[in-house]
Amino acid sequence: MSENRRHRKGPAGHDPVDTGPGVLIQDPDLPPVALDDADAEAEDRRWTPAKIVLWVGIALLGGISWTMLAIVRGETVNAIWFVFAAVCTYFIGYRFYSKFIERHLLKPNDRRATPAEYKADGKDYAATDRRVLYGHHFAAIAGAGPLVGPVLAAQMGYLPGTVWIIVGVILAGAVQDYLVMFFSMRRGGRSLGQMAREELGLIGGTAALIATLTIMIIIVAILALVVVNALGESPWGVFSVAMTIPIALFMGVYLRFLRPGKVTEVSIIGFVLLMLAIVGGGWIADTEWGVALFSLDRVTIAWGIIIYGFIAAVLPVWLLLAPRDYLSTFMKVGTIVMLAVAIIIVRPEISVPAFSEFASRSDGPVVAGPLFPFLFVTIACGALSGFHALISSGTTPKMIEKERQTRFIGYGGMLMESFVAIMALVAALSIDRGIYFAMNSSAAATGGTVEGAVAFVNSLGLAGVSLTPDMLTSLAAGVGEESVVSRTGGAPTLAVGLAMIMQSFIGGPAMMAFWYHFAIMFEALFILTAVDAGTRVARFMLQDSIGNFVPKFRDTSWRTGAWICTAVMVAGWGSILIMGVTDPLGGINTLFPLFGIANQLLAAIALAICLAILAKKNLFKYIWVVVLPLGFASVVTITASMYKIFSPVPGVGYWAQHNAFRNALEAGETSFGTAKTVEAMEAVVRNTFVQGILSILFVTLAIIVIITAVIASVRSYRSGGAPSAEDPAVPSRIFAPSGFFGTPLEKEIEAQWKALPQDKKPAAKTAGAGH
Amino acid sequence: MPAAIAGSLRGFVRFFRDVMGEDAYRKYQAHHAASGCAGEPLTEREFWKEKMDRQDRNPGGRCC
Repeated sequence: MSENRRHRKGPAGHDPVDTGPGVLIQDPDLPPVALDDADAEAEDRRWTPAKIVLWVGIALLGGISWTMLAIVRGETVNAIWFVFAAVCTYFIGYRFYSKFIERHLLKPNDRRATPAEYKADGKDYAATDRRVLYGHHFAAIAGAGPLVGPVLAAQMGYLPGTVWIIVGVILAGAVQDYLVMFFSMRRGGRSLGQMAREELGLIGGTAALIATLTIMIIIVAILALVVVNALGESPWGVFSVAMTIPIALFMGVYLRFLRPGKVTEVSIIGFVLLMLAIVGGGWIADTEWGVALFSLDRVTIAWGIIIYGFIAAVLPVWLLLAPRDYLSTFMKVGTIVMLAVAIIIVRPEISVPAFSEFASRSDGPVVAGPLFPFLFVTIACGALSGFHALISSGTTPKMIEKERQTRFIGYGGMLMESFVAIMALVAALSIDRGIYFAMNSSAAATGGTVEGAVAFVNSLGLAGVSLTPDMLTSLAAGVGEESVVSRTGGAPTLAVGLAMIMQSFIGGPAMMAFWYHFAIMFEALFILTAVDAGTRVARFMLQDSIGNFVPKFRDTSWRTGAWICTAVMVAGWGSILIMGVTDPLGGINTLFPLFGIANQLLAAIALAICLAILAKKNLFKYIWVVVLPLGFASVVTITASMYKIFSPVPGVGYWAQHNAFRNALEAGETSFGTAKTVEAMEAVVRNTFVQGILSILFVTLAIIVIITAVIASVRSYRSGGAPSAEDPAVPSRIFAPSGFFGTPLEKEIEAQWKALPQDKKPAAKTAGAGH
Repeated sequence: MPAAIAGSLRGFVRFFRDVMGEDAYRKYQAHHAASGCAGEPLTEREFWKEKMDRQDRNPGGRCC
């Protein structure tokens, strides 16, 4: 993360001409390195009849789909309308809004070399074909987040979540990713933390650093909690997920010693082994010894993940993390394509209402709190995810070939993640509502039994819901689990939805259990990779911070320091994980809002940095593009935090809950609400205290960052801008189209480059180009 | 026609392999050739070993 070494200044034999941003002089011996501005503009603005028909078609289809979702609302609505509404809106947002941002706000200049060109080292800084880089970037940003949030938000009905995922990504999430990526690229691939320090000064920068570190801890903890909940009391799941460890170790050894670099080959081998592990898990779950050995309670699994997290983070990358990462990328790309195809072919009918009973109440059993702001924090990834700012700065910008490609990779990459969230929502919505609530209400409400769940769900008085015990037991048998009651956390629900869709696509009911565990497995795979990588990154950040006081900690190869800092980080997320697992109030149901709040506070921080940068550039006329999402994210997260801190309703406010239980203890009661013992009551008092403190910490840090950004922006406004911290402009010596397909003019220039004799071709032309 | 299909299939396979990360060594070789470095480039085995060890020192985040 901290590597910023400058290896070489420019392509071979040519010292970069040091010119201001306006006067980049191109090598006259080379074909153009960029489209002529006027030509590009004309190409953009020329509306041929075919183009008009295409866009009118997209707009019409999108409009019809939205009408079907929002206005027509028959008894049921077909899932295909979700897909069309999303895809058409993405196309329009990408073609018009991101283009608007490009034209007025960022003004990329392809005459300027990107860091991949002027800092090229063939490793971190290496120009990469834009379509390949799109894949790399997408694999890095997409994880379990967009799969989980929409599932939980389905309690409010289908429309609120759908609107937020699609509109949110166009106006907020994709804008953040695009802006951060562009600014980082202009700064030699600097990380978000470095940019915060540079733009916001010491106070803002430090607050941003502490916020990032604590947010990472909470996010890792809650992701791990999702896995624990998915694997608890499930011998099949425990076996198949545990098998990913030896499989990854084997892949690591294979890549290191047998066939280095054969990433796809080893991933296919790993994938086949993974499928065998899932099938094998089914056999083992049928044997007595298998059940005895692999039926673990949640606390044991949580400790298992904590120990795993520590070991994985101190082992060399090649042995465990890298192979896991390859496997996870392979599964991610494959499964998402498969799911999209399945949804389009199966087209499930959805009978969930557009707005459920809980859209206008704040006592929803899945996530408590009113629709505003809690819908917007429950669905974070998929609409607006601050975590992406960490990937969009640093890693990806070092590989971008041409400046104008940031729109496709940054903005377009996030649109794809949003589509994943829509598919997860569709999968969750395709389940019977009664089953949905039985699975997602905490054990505190259902008692964890079929009878308890049936009684609880039917008492909710939901329209069209009449749950029978038989529905729950036959589903459990169908997916090969002991029980599906109170399988909270989103992953099991998604797995059921996915299994239902997939079995009607491939395999029929007999394959249901396989598909269920396939889904559990890939979610666990993403999450465990994120846990491992997150712990490592957090450890480096901690070492860097401690290094300010004890310089020896800066040395990341110092074993003792690395182990101490890893242990501190694992203890941080591990304690929150244990707290969530043992929470008498249901764990994930109370903790998940904190995950969303944390993620969106990070988004607010990233957008605040973008605000300060744009203000320095004196771009106030169009600054609303970033003020809009920043304002929204700030209002949502601060309001949600205030609810969590000050709400007098115990189900919503952490401190209200804390005080209620403390008072009960002081009054000498031995059971209160869902806590049946004094120890459980004490646990609630302790947990709500920690959660309350974290809420206060997050919101305070975010407010500090936002205020420092606003101050910096106002200062820039008064002085009419300020010098930017961008790297000096260097003329580019390569060419590549900007979007997925090259335009006719771009293809013409590409042809000129191809025709160039080999000896005249300049340095860093990508190896990946030219499929 | 079959040749065209085979060609585009090959293109897709190559694209998929690149997305998985196999383009790394190719990019390194291209860079090495173009930069005019005097020394021999790392072999494929050395390159991947070095790449993994570099990740040990500079971990990259993975998203939620």
